[in-house]
Amino acid sequence: MIIAEKKPIEEIIQEVKDFDRILILGCNECVTVCEAGGKKEVEVLASVLRMYFMAQGQEKTIGERTLERQCDHEYLEEIRNIIDDYDAVVSLACGVGVQFAAEKYLTMPLLPGVNTVCLGANEDRGLWTERCQACGTCVLARTGGICPVSRCAKRVLNGPCGGSTNGKCEISKDTDCAWQLIIDRLKALDKMDDYEKVAPVKDWSTDRAGGPRTVTREDVKI
Amino acid sequence: MSEYVSNSRLERVLKAGHLGVTSECGPPRGSDAEEVKKKGLLIKDYVDAVNVTDNQTAMTRMSSLAACIHLKLLGIEPVLQMVTRDRNRVALQSDILGAASFDIPNMLCLSGDHQSFGDCAQGQNVHDLDSMQLVQTVRHMRDEGKFLGGDDIKRPPKIFVGAAANPFADPFEIRIPRLAKKIVCGAEFIQTQCIYNLDKFKEWMRRAVDRGLTEKTFIMAGMTPMKSVGMAKYMKNKVPGMDVPEEIINRLAGVEKKKQAQEGIDICVEHIQELSEIKGVAGFHIMAIEWEEKVPEIVERSGLFPRPEV
Repeated sequence: MIIAEKKPIEEIIQEVKDFDRILILGCNECVTVCEAGGKKEVEVLASVLRMYFMAQGQEKTIGERTLERQCDHEYLEEIRNIIDDYDAVVSLACGVGVQFAAEKYLTMPLLPGVNTVCLGANEDRGLWTERCQACGTCVLARTGGICPVSRCAKRVLNGPCGGSTNGKCEISKDTDCAWQLIIDRLKALDKMDDYEKVAPVKDWSTDRAGGPRTVTREDVKI
Repeated sequence: MSEYVSNSRLERVLKAGHLGVTSECGPPRGSDAEEVKKKGLLIKDYVDAVNVTDNQTAMTRMSSLAACIHLKLLGIEPVLQMVTRDRNRVALQSDILGAASFDIPNMLCLSGDHQSFGDCAQGQNVHDLDSMQLVQTVRHMRDEGKFLGGDDIKRPPKIFVGAAANPFADPFEIRIPRLAKKIVCGAEFIQTQCIYNLDKFKEWMRRAVDRGLTEKTFIMAGMTPMKSVGMAKYMKNKVPGMDVPEEIINRLAGVEKKKQAQEGIDICVEHIQELSEIKGVAGFHIMAIEWEEKVPEIVERSGLFPRPEV
C-alpha cells in the first residue's frame, strides 16, 4: 500500500490560516491503514485546528469528511454538493488523492495534510517500511523476492556493495542490507548459483526517468 | 593476458609479472591544481600509476577527471576512479571519452560511498548503472567500439579496466563469487580494500587462486599505513567494511604517541613484505591518506623500488 505520514501541524496551520471555511478530507484506503489520513485522523486534525484557531480568537468553520477513495472519480463526486461551502480543502490522502481532487475541483485550493512516503508494508505495530519503488520492470524473480531497487540505498543490481556490515547497510545500523537479505533468501531457496548471474544494465525508462507513466488497457475500456 | 589493451604502464608491469605499485591522490576541495601536482610529484617515481579518487566519502572536490589530466600532463600515469553515484550513463560514457581523449589509460569502476556521508546529504544519487555494469560499459566501449546505445565510437577508448574488491565485507561467503562476477563483467585488475587482517585476506586469496580467478585478473592488495592508534580505532569502528584486528591497535598503543606514525609505517612495510610471498598477489595499492610523502619510504623499504623498466 501507499505509506504516508502526517505533516507537522505547524505546517498545516501555516497553509490554512488565511481560509475561513476548511474541509478536512480523509481517505478510507491506504492512509487509513497506515493511520495517517483516515476518519480517525480527520477528526483529530479538525479538533486540533478548531482549538488552535479558537485560542487565536478566530472563527473558522472546519468540516470533516472521509471518502472511500480519493483516487476515484466516483467517490470524489460525493463532495460536489458541499464543496462550495468551503474555501479550502486539506486532503489527508496520498499525493495521488490530493491531485485527483485538485483536478476535479479546479477553483478549490487543495492542500496536502500528509507526506506521501513510499510503497510499503505494515511490518510491525507502528512500523511501516518500503518494499517497492514502482520502477516498472520487476526484477524480483532474479533476486529471491527481495527488491534491490527499493531496499538498497544505491539500488545496486549486482550487490552487495563494500559497505555491507553484519547484514546492515552503510547508511544506518537500523537498515538491513538488501543484498544480505537476497543472499539469505537465495540460500534458503537453494538458488545460490543464481547469485553469479550478472544483472544487465537496467532499462529505467519504465521508472520515473521515462516521464509520467500510464497503463492503458483496451480490454477494460468502456 | 599477453596483448596490451591500452598504453598503460600499469598494464605492462602487471603483464610482465612484476609486482605492480599504485598509490592514491585525493583531489583538493578547491580549484588549485598545484595541490594535485605536488602530491603526484612526491610519488611519481615510486609507483606505476596514481589513482585519483572521485569525490571520495561523498565530499565535493575537484573532479577526478580534471585532476587526472593535471597528473597526465606532468608525465604521471593516472587511474581514473569513477563512481556511479553522481552520473548517469550519458555522463559516464562522456567522461570516459573525455579521459580517453587525454589518453588516460586506466580506470577503476566503483559505486561510491553513499551521499549521506558527505557534504550534500540532501542530494539525489543516480546509480543508473552499478559498478559491475560500469565495468561492462567501458569494456563494451573499448572492445566493441560502441556506445551502450549501439552507435559506433570514433576512436574508442583504450583503457585498462579495474574494479574494487573488499575481502572483508559481509557476507564473507559471497566475496569470491562476487569477485568472479566482476571478472566476468571484464575487470582486468582489482584493487582491494585496506588490508589489516592478513589471515582473512590470505584465506580470501587462497579461495580466489583455487577458483582460478588470479589467472584472469591482477589482484593488487590495498595498504593504508596507520598514523596513530586513534586512526586505527576509527577505521575499526567507524569505517564500513573495515577489519582491523586488535593486535594492530595494541601494537600502535604500545609505543609512545610520537612514534606511532613510524610504527604504522613499519606495520605497513611488514605486511607488504609478507603478502608479496602470497600466491596470486599481483601488486600493492598504497593508499596513504593525506600522507603521500610517506609512499616513497614504504615502497623502498618494501623492496619495490626501483620500479621496473617496461
